[in-house]
Amino acid sequence: MKSLVTQSVVAGCALLLGLLVAQGSDAQTIKLGELNSYKQFPAFLEPYRKGMDLAIDEINAAGGVLGRPLEIVSRDDNGNAGDAVRVAEELITREKSVLLMGTFASNVGLAVADLAKQRKVLFLAAEPLTDKIVWENGNRYTFRLRASTYMQTAMLVPEAVRLKKKRWAIVYPNYEYGQAATATFKQQLSASQSGGIEFIEQAVTLGKIEAGPVVQALVDAKPDAIFSSLFGPDLARFVREGQLRGLFKDRPVLNLLGGEPEYLDPLKDEAPEGWYVTGYPWYAIDTPAHKRFRDAYQAKYKDYPRLGSVVGYSTVRAAAAALQKAGSTDTERLVGAMSGLTFESPFGRIMFRAIDHQSTMGAYVGRTAVRDGKGVMVDWHYNDGKDFLPTDDLVRRLRPMR
Amino acid sequence: MSTLSAGSLLAQLLTGLADASSLFVVAAGLTLIFGVTRIVNFAHGSLYMLGAYIAYSATHAFRGGVGFWGAVVVAALATGLFGAAIERLLLKRLYGAPELLQLMATFGVVLIVRDATLSLWGAEDLLGPRAPGLKGAIEVMGRAIPAYDFFLLALGPVVLLALWLVLARTRFGMLVRAATENRVVAGALGVDERALFTAVFALGATLAGLAGALQLPREPANLGMDLGIIAEAFVVTVVGGLGSIPGAFIAALVIGLTKALCVALGTVAIGSFEIAFPKLTLVAEFVVMAIVLSVRPQGFLGAPPAMAPTTAVPDQRRLIVPPGQRALLGAAIALLLAALLPLISDEYTLVLATDVLVFALFASSLQFLMGTGGMASFGHAAYFGLGAYAAAIAVKAGWPMLGALAASPVIALVGALVFGWFCVRLSGVYLAMLTLAFAQIVWSIVFQWNDVTGGSNGLVGVWPAAALAAKPAYYWFALGCAGLALVALGWLGQSAFGYSLRGTRDSPLRAEAIGIDVRATQWRAFAFAGAFAGFAGGLYAFSKGSIAPETLALPRSVDALVMVLLGGLNALAGPLLGAAAFTWLQDTLARATEYWRAGVGVVILVLAIAFPMGIGGAVHRLLATWRR
Repeated sequence: MKSLVTQSVVAGCALLLGLLVAQGSDAQTIKLGELNSYKQFPAFLEPYRKGMDLAIDEINAAGGVLGRPLEIVSRDDNGNAGDAVRVAEELITREKSVLLMGTFASNVGLAVADLAKQRKVLFLAAEPLTDKIVWENGNRYTFRLRASTYMQTAMLVPEAVRLKKKRWAIVYPNYEYGQAATATFKQQLSASQSGGIEFIEQAVTLGKIEAGPVVQALVDAKPDAIFSSLFGPDLARFVREGQLRGLFKDRPVLNLLGGEPEYLDPLKDEAPEGWYVTGYPWYAIDTPAHKRFRDAYQAKYKDYPRLGSVVGYSTVRAAAAALQKAGSTDTERLVGAMSGLTFESPFGRIMFRAIDHQSTMGAYVGRTAVRDGKGVMVDWHYNDGKDFLPTDDLVRRLRPMR
Repeated sequence: MSTLSAGSLLAQLLTGLADASSLFVVAAGLTLIFGVTRIVNFAHGSLYMLGAYIAYSATHAFRGGVGFWGAVVVAALATGLFGAAIERLLLKRLYGAPELLQLMATFGVVLIVRDATLSLWGAEDLLGPRAPGLKGAIEVMGRAIPAYDFFLLALGPVVLLALWLVLARTRFGMLVRAATENRVVAGALGVDERALFTAVFALGATLAGLAGALQLPREPANLGMDLGIIAEAFVVTVVGGLGSIPGAFIAALVIGLTKALCVALGTVAIGSFEIAFPKLTLVAEFVVMAIVLSVRPQGFLGAPPAMAPTTAVPDQRRLIVPPGQRALLGAAIALLLAALLPLISDEYTLVLATDVLVFALFASSLQFLMGTGGMASFGHAAYFGLGAYAAAIAVKAGWPMLGALAASPVIALVGALVFGWFCVRLSGVYLAMLTLAFAQIVWSIVFQWNDVTGGSNGLVGVWPAAALAAKPAYYWFALGCAGLALVALGWLGQSAFGYSLRGTRDSPLRAEAIGIDVRATQWRAFAFAGAFAGFAGGLYAFSKGSIAPETLALPRSVDALVMVLLGGLNALAGPLLGAAAFTWLQDTLARATEYWRAGVGVVILVLAIAFPMGIGGAVHRLLATWRR
């Protein structure tokens, strides 16, 4: 009697286990493991999530990839590297994702990139702007979609050179992104403009700019022009305080990322006029690729796309294209496919460079204006990312050789 | 920029004063609440943020009518009501519970308010209107100063005066003063404590809401406002002297002006050195606090602490009993089961289990300091982080893994010895705030020292040796290390030293009288706690492969506090239970809902109310009834 009970229990367990295993190996969907700091940077990442979902819907409506539907398994990394590594482990081991993608802040992106190298999993960094993720800390398994701090700064430098100013005030958030933007700007401007240029710097604590004192100090420094890499609430406070204290009167201002709807739109009719910015004039880009994307996005969400939407959408598109090209979900084959991969994004055709795994996604450069009580970009043009990268020699020197 | 003209100095002075003024309004509410209820209200920043958001919506609702100014009043009052509701529904139930449990509960409120704000108002920053009538700027010595700054500048003194009048001239004020001075006696004399607490909490919340609403013309309402202001408000409260409103005013002035001066000085060359003063704004308030508290342990105008009386041994302190044979057997079985885990679980469970072990050790070291030593620390992550960075930097310098791991407790010990020397001279909340100040200072150094610590990026490539690279191997390793460390900590608590330490906690006076060197004992406890936390940090670094400054930032310290309190401050297995519950909760909720943070907050609140002695305390009690 006893042995009968034992036997049936064992048999039951075996059956259950068998079912579980069968379900695991027979899974129809291809899982893309995604992690991001949704609670830390919601203004950027909510549109980003919508962009991802739109791309998934489109791809699956068209029959999926390799005959299988795509699925995103998304996790919040809590904005810190330790938790990011934990959820990435979950996505790899428990969810059996074929690749990792996402992340926002530089430190989180770098931590996940290093994990990707250690665990030999492909990681498509969507948003981190840090140059190090493809250069100093670059590795075989990590690719990055967005135009980096270096590239976007380089896109503004020609505007700065044209201004022919000698005394530049630089204001930046005091962490990797702001420091890198400042260093690149100083180095490139000095290289392309003859004569002594003077730089006055104000480093502000991210999210906690002492707007009044900073603006006052800049006013008193009497610079000829200003280069800023502020964004978010810091930018809004800087703009308000600067307008009140007359900082921007007769002074050209360059602001990295300042034209991104995420940061420009909250300023409404107080958006600064005539600033040189990188950004995303979604209302005015009428290329077929972008129009199709914008129409689909607006039809689905009854809202306009932000830059985050484009990044989310393109990340999924890039992953799908890599899977298609690799013809498999095997990591090594995916890495091979991703090097030199081209795919269609709302910004046109983009390539992941084989040399450093940086994509050639560009950015729009233009000047800010106020139309109908809203901040917009005017006189803009698209800068292809491939034209704003250092020479291959320099890249090879920056990137660790194995 | 190194030369400051009189005009620019004046402009900076005015600006700094305006900032100080609005900071004072926030801090006044905090210090008022603390003075009467002894609650360290973590949610004060959330109330401030709510004030800004409500004012934003109210401005739009009253377009054309009362406009912005009406909205400010509405926002302040609504926030006050909300504060009263928090006190009535939540904190009221916790007054009998161990100190600091209220702090944990208010932390739960922070998490809930943040997510509620996100779902109500959305993610985008909301730029409010400029203040009607004060939209422009006023010229002072050729410099345009925003008119609104003058309004704020006047506001601080007005609020100070109003509060003084209320406290000095009204019956309510008299009761507040009485309760601030001696709550027990006031209660014995028939003051209705409950009504008074609610009223004070509402008044404090109103001030927070007012300050938040008035910030709207300068800063868009955004989701970072809560944590952005809370640390600064704490600092002002403590530097001014807990419970002292004029003290808070002076402290706000000192801190506001220090920051403005740092920015105004710009980059100054001294000899061949260049000091970028604006970068100091990252930590200026904490440097001020560390200096002030080192010189004046009760802040500017705080009452000098009376010689700590003998604490009546509260019920929960009896819970520590030397583990009997049965408990040791239980621990051995648990250890055995833990060692068998890799045989039955998947890899991710091992990742979580490793996290639990690391955090259990980290939380235990904090419990040793807080529970056995009676010294609360709000900056315990500093030692965890020092350990993690020591290990990472050693690995980067080519040390083998075990050597690097051995460096982690050593460096953390050194840090704890230095900071502890200052901290043990203080007591209570002042001590806790000084630990926070040191933690923030360490954090800001790590955050900015790009060449050594990797700055904001941190350090990557801190992987364990090849033999320990597999998840089960590292788990076993961590189990061994953390297990040994936990046993050592437990033994320390039961040793002669542990008993002396308890003596200093329960009655410093008597301890001193029987020949215990109170400060030296506390200092040693501080060092031990730091070293064990550092060891946990080293294990953490190798389990993640990378570390970043958040390893030693305030949220990590708060996590440790929550784990200790969740588990039970005086239950031996408390930190282990707390760490397990916290890790599991975070992992499960994050998968289940987008609003997982609010979920964590709700669970914290429920646990705080249901198990004021923590999970460990509840288990103990259950066992005790069961045995009977």
